[in-house]
Amino acid sequence: MSEASAPILDATPFEPRARTSGQRWRRRYGLAVIGAAIIVIWIVVALAAPLLAHYPPHAVDVTVRLLPPSAAHWLGTDPLGRDVYSRLLFGARVSLFAGITVVVLGAIFGTLLGGIAAYAGGRIEEGLMRFTDLMLCFPPIILAMAIAAAMGIGTINTMIAMLIVWWPKFARLARSLVLVQRSQEYVEAAHLIGYGPSRVLLKHILPNSIGPLIVLVTLDVGHAIIVFSGLSFLGLGVVPPTPEWGAMVSENRELVEQWWGATFPGLAILTVVMGFNFLGDGIRDWLDPRARRR
Amino acid sequence: MLRYLTSRIVATFVMALLATLIVFLIVSLVPGDPVLSQLGDMAASNPEIVKAYRAKWGLDLPLYEQYWIFLTRLLNGDLGISITSQRPVMADIAQYAPATIELGTIAFILSVVIGVPFGIAAAVARDSWIDHSARFISLIGVSSPVFWLAFIMLTVFYGWLQIAPGPGRLDPIDLPPPRVTGAFLIDSALASRWDLLHTAVAHLVLPSIVLCAATLGLITRTTRASMLDTLGQDYVRVARAKGLRERAVIVAHALPNALIPVVTLGGLAYANLLTGTVMTETIFSWPGLGLYTFRSALALDIPAIMGMTLVFAFVYLLINLLVDLSYAVLDPRVLKR
Repeated sequence: MSEASAPILDATPFEPRARTSGQRWRRRYGLAVIGAAIIVIWIVVALAAPLLAHYPPHAVDVTVRLLPPSAAHWLGTDPLGRDVYSRLLFGARVSLFAGITVVVLGAIFGTLLGGIAAYAGGRIEEGLMRFTDLMLCFPPIILAMAIAAAMGIGTINTMIAMLIVWWPKFARLARSLVLVQRSQEYVEAAHLIGYGPSRVLLKHILPNSIGPLIVLVTLDVGHAIIVFSGLSFLGLGVVPPTPEWGAMVSENRELVEQWWGATFPGLAILTVVMGFNFLGDGIRDWLDPRARRR
Repeated sequence: MLRYLTSRIVATFVMALLATLIVFLIVSLVPGDPVLSQLGDMAASNPEIVKAYRAKWGLDLPLYEQYWIFLTRLLNGDLGISITSQRPVMADIAQYAPATIELGTIAFILSVVIGVPFGIAAAVARDSWIDHSARFISLIGVSSPVFWLAFIMLTVFYGWLQIAPGPGRLDPIDLPPPRVTGAFLIDSALASRWDLLHTAVAHLVLPSIVLCAATLGLITRTTRASMLDTLGQDYVRVARAKGLRERAVIVAHALPNALIPVVTLGGLAYANLLTGTVMTETIFSWPGLGLYTFRSALALDIPAIMGMTLVFAFVYLLINLLVDLSYAVLDPRVLKR
């Protein structure tokens, strides 16, 4: 067979291979299930932190400072003799709470704004979307840093600063989604029945375009947790001695021999963010059959 | 083309102008008082000193007057005087920018040179070990916090193995090369200081790897997805049916089209790398704009923060403009819309 004709037959990489139903199921939902499991475990850990922790998160004991991981201190101790494992568990509360809250509030605000813009059209749309574009041209972490610094550090202030920079991407996505739905027949039908604009927008259009928004929310929680812990790492987030993962990495970052103090909180962030990425990708595959085959 | 060009440039200019207003409003309206954080406790309790301080920095004028002064100065390239360094913010920026541009550019080159071929290979050999490792690496890159990755890198390669140099752009005993561009790689080569060039390269390795991790993941992922999309198109099927070699199909037919979304992403990624160096620079004591911004934010140095936020926004707008224009060149259909 000549070399030139071979590629016609050699199309294997692009044909789905035959799979058993179990393999197909795993391929389709496997990562999403793993992601959901990781998130559920961390949420349970956050809620049950007082029960699971071996020591109070702020208990300072300089006689046991910088101990390596052992039976008494599973993940070792930090320079103040605080138990890294216990602080890690309580840290889950702060990080998960901040990440989820910022993204959910940002998504609600952004979606309403983008939805209203697309639905209203004309000058209102132009104005709202220019404003959105404008906010998008600032690097989020710089702007959040400036705002957080100006307002004074603290968990709530940092979350407010993040919220200010977080909503625009949702506004953009929501607008494009609503634009697609607006010309659909069921929307016209709803108008003809005599439903008002807010009812049509909230009860008819939004439920039909919620899928991609949920995907973005899920993927974004991980990102928000990274940014929040990053601000805490820089000293612009939580107030010490609050146990927060980014702050914990920062407290222990100078220690080369005692690697455990900074390594484990970082691993905690990594696993949570991976969990949200898996789940987000999984939901997207489930909602978009075209992407599923990839 | 010319019409598209002018409309994009005008739009960018308007956005830049509005950006100055936003920055000004945010900085003016947040409740923090720069006076109290700048003056010591003793001075801040003396109303006379506080008043004189406010007058000196123009903080006692009405907001619109402050904005007007800010804007007219800005048009003359004057961003005000940094409260902490007591030098023009513009001079500070000129001093720190080359370090950031050097770091950001190297990180960008790394992520493109590795990410694009990796993404193509992953798409072509789908479900192979290359594909799986590409996915795994991009997942780790996107999911790990920069500050933690930097800690791990420093601990392992500097602390334990001692094969990488510590933080900073050069070793503590080195004097920087004579300043021409401010980028040590170029300056030390111009001065024929090959020993310095070697040190500068060694110091760039860890920070640029850390900085590019997330971007590398993103570029690999996008290239892979785009390539898969293209390989499923009819014209690729036609090219195969014509009997072209697989290599020719991929390189000549699929690749140019698959790379269009990568160009857009690449532009944004470069903007993000240049403006997203805060963490990396802080950890590696890299004397660039990110570290400068971080220190200004901590000290509530309002002129410096405003200047930096604006500079970053301008960089972002400029790169976006370039991306739009390159898009018009790569995909002429854009112009017809």
